[in-house]
Amino acid sequence: MMGPCTASANGLTSTSRPRPAGLAACLTAGLLALTLLAFQAASAWSDDGERGKELFGLCKRCHQVGSGATHRIGPHLNDVFGRAAGSLAGFRYSRAMREAGTGGLVWDDATLDAFLADPHTFVPRSRMSFDGIKGMDDRAALLAWLQGYSGGAADLPPAEPTATPEEYGLDVKILSVAGDPEYGAYLAGECTTCHRTDGADKGIPSIVGWPVDDFVIALHAYKSGTRVHAVMQMVAGRLSDEEIAALAAHFQEVEGNP
Amino acid sequence: MRKQNGKSDLSRRGFVASAAAATAVASVLPAPAVLAGGRPRVVVVGGGAGGATAARYIAKDSQGAVDVTLVEPSRAYYTCFFSNLYIGGFREWESIGHSYGALAANHGVNVVHDWAVSVDRDNRSVGLAGGGSLAYDRLILSPGIDFRDGSVPGWDLSQQNRMPHAYKAGSQTQLLKAQIEAMPEGGTYCMVAPPNPFRCPPGPYERISMVAHVLKQANPTAKIIIVDPKEKFSKQGLFEEGWQRHYPGMIERIGPDFGGDMVEVRPEAMEVVVDGEAMKVDVCNVIPAQQAGRIAAAAGITDDSGWAPIVPHTMQSRADENIHVLGDAALQGDMPKSGFSANSQAKACAMAVRGALTGSSVFPPRYSNTCWSLIATGDGVKVGASYEATDEKIAKTDGFISQTGESAELRMATYEESLGWYDGITADMFS
Repeated sequence: MMGPCTASANGLTSTSRPRPAGLAACLTAGLLALTLLAFQAASAWSDDGERGKELFGLCKRCHQVGSGATHRIGPHLNDVFGRAAGSLAGFRYSRAMREAGTGGLVWDDATLDAFLADPHTFVPRSRMSFDGIKGMDDRAALLAWLQGYSGGAADLPPAEPTATPEEYGLDVKILSVAGDPEYGAYLAGECTTCHRTDGADKGIPSIVGWPVDDFVIALHAYKSGTRVHAVMQMVAGRLSDEEIAALAAHFQEVEGNP
Repeated sequence: MRKQNGKSDLSRRGFVASAAAATAVASVLPAPAVLAGGRPRVVVVGGGAGGATAARYIAKDSQGAVDVTLVEPSRAYYTCFFSNLYIGGFREWESIGHSYGALAANHGVNVVHDWAVSVDRDNRSVGLAGGGSLAYDRLILSPGIDFRDGSVPGWDLSQQNRMPHAYKAGSQTQLLKAQIEAMPEGGTYCMVAPPNPFRCPPGPYERISMVAHVLKQANPTAKIIIVDPKEKFSKQGLFEEGWQRHYPGMIERIGPDFGGDMVEVRPEAMEVVVDGEAMKVDVCNVIPAQQAGRIAAAAGITDDSGWAPIVPHTMQSRADENIHVLGDAALQGDMPKSGFSANSQAKACAMAVRGALTGSSVFPPRYSNTCWSLIATGDGVKVGASYEATDEKIAKTDGFISQTGESAELRMATYEESLGWYDGITADMFS
């Protein structure tokens, strides 16, 4: 499903400020709350590139971009501009995202802007567990920076990892623990009281189809207390290394809603 | 949704499903004795968070190797959890209703809409109110609660239309909401709160919050009185902080120090008598003392407490190894009586039952619980704990609770998390 702003925003490619009037008017009419929020986010940056790169920090837990980028929790974002939504081989998209692509959604400056403004409204039931970036200027800066990774640019900087044990003070050996998917399937019962196996992410993130390493690092980060969430710290707190590996092995194979 | 027509329909479907399953599992089973007569049979009584989850997991994970029948009188099941949000106007009634169609269609569970009224433990069969009986190899009882006669003098079930309990979600919940909305200007809502132990420890106090939310908008001079036999209650600091902030001066709680444990009601006169002193009220929500749903006592597996003692590792009745008890009805130790707890226990039980009947792997059980409560718009709080099975009881190992003074953003995130949890657990029960 296309979001409410697609029609008026389609075809706009400029990222210069002030934002094109068509998009602003659409936001005012249809997404008043977002517009109000957008102006609260005035930021003191001077360089789109630096600000854009900084904002990519909101995305980099799931997405890679740059040379050597691969699919992680989300698909890689090289050459995302001009690509049909949900179309990359090798990534298990939600049905919603695939249907948006076959329905004609192509990522460009306007559609990415509308998606990032309110992902759950623009592509309902996609698996992107992200509430969006409310600031219009922030989205413009991020997209301007991201556009540098589209269009076949050569000599891209290397992709950064989505997560490393080191950044959470974890022993790298956690990544080499073998997980028993059958045990993981049983342990998963404790997760699925809250996390949905169909990959829906309303209020509680989707955890299906994650790469094993990202899953293992996230749970260990909760267990060690470097990632903060009362429920997750309690749940992870009593999981052994083998149990975390087992859960990662299990959930990697859960298809969601293919 | 598939129509359930009684036993002939059950047998036919059971036969069709078993033909494929028998060949698939025969070669890998260690052939427990119960298989001699065909597929092992599990009967689950009660289609709530415990029973629906157990039926779903046994059917799903055994992939047809176990014949699962769920006995539940209601065709449309309304969850007790989030029924307070309906009273507060935060949920539509339909949004907390669920059907059993997917359990039948997706997992082959036989759903029988009837009351289980008796258990013949020697012959391992369950008697149904509509006549007939269901034979089992393992019986899972997840009947929830019933009320203790005489716990609130002056009240019995025949008075539930004048003084609703609204503590089993359904028409009672709708009645209570209508009564609150019809209160005269400046009128009084009174809750007679239950003694421990009872279903959903924060439930009465979340309900108070939701009633206050409704009255603050529609009837701001109305009063709320809680007559409470308990010294303290779940999330007390969080609720009292929230009431002070959102509903100042509206809510008064009469604890046992002031006669909250000496209460009597007079439904005809709409009076509540506290420690001998009568007061007129406009709505009286009586939540009586509780015990296991009556099928547990009928099966002879409850003790003097009125609840059914269980073996912590498997949720088996201490009185009968062929019967498991889940959720509110179980006397298990430290877990609160909640939908989350019942769902958690159901998965451990399902694993134990499958292991016993089909020889599948059995791992140590893991129990956990989280209870979210809504105090006002966007003001959500939670309490939770993890548990392990010891020989004596299900014992708490770790826990957390929301803090007073948390930011509005965190409270909103907690509320949104509860919405996600609702979708998660109901999918885990019914999908």
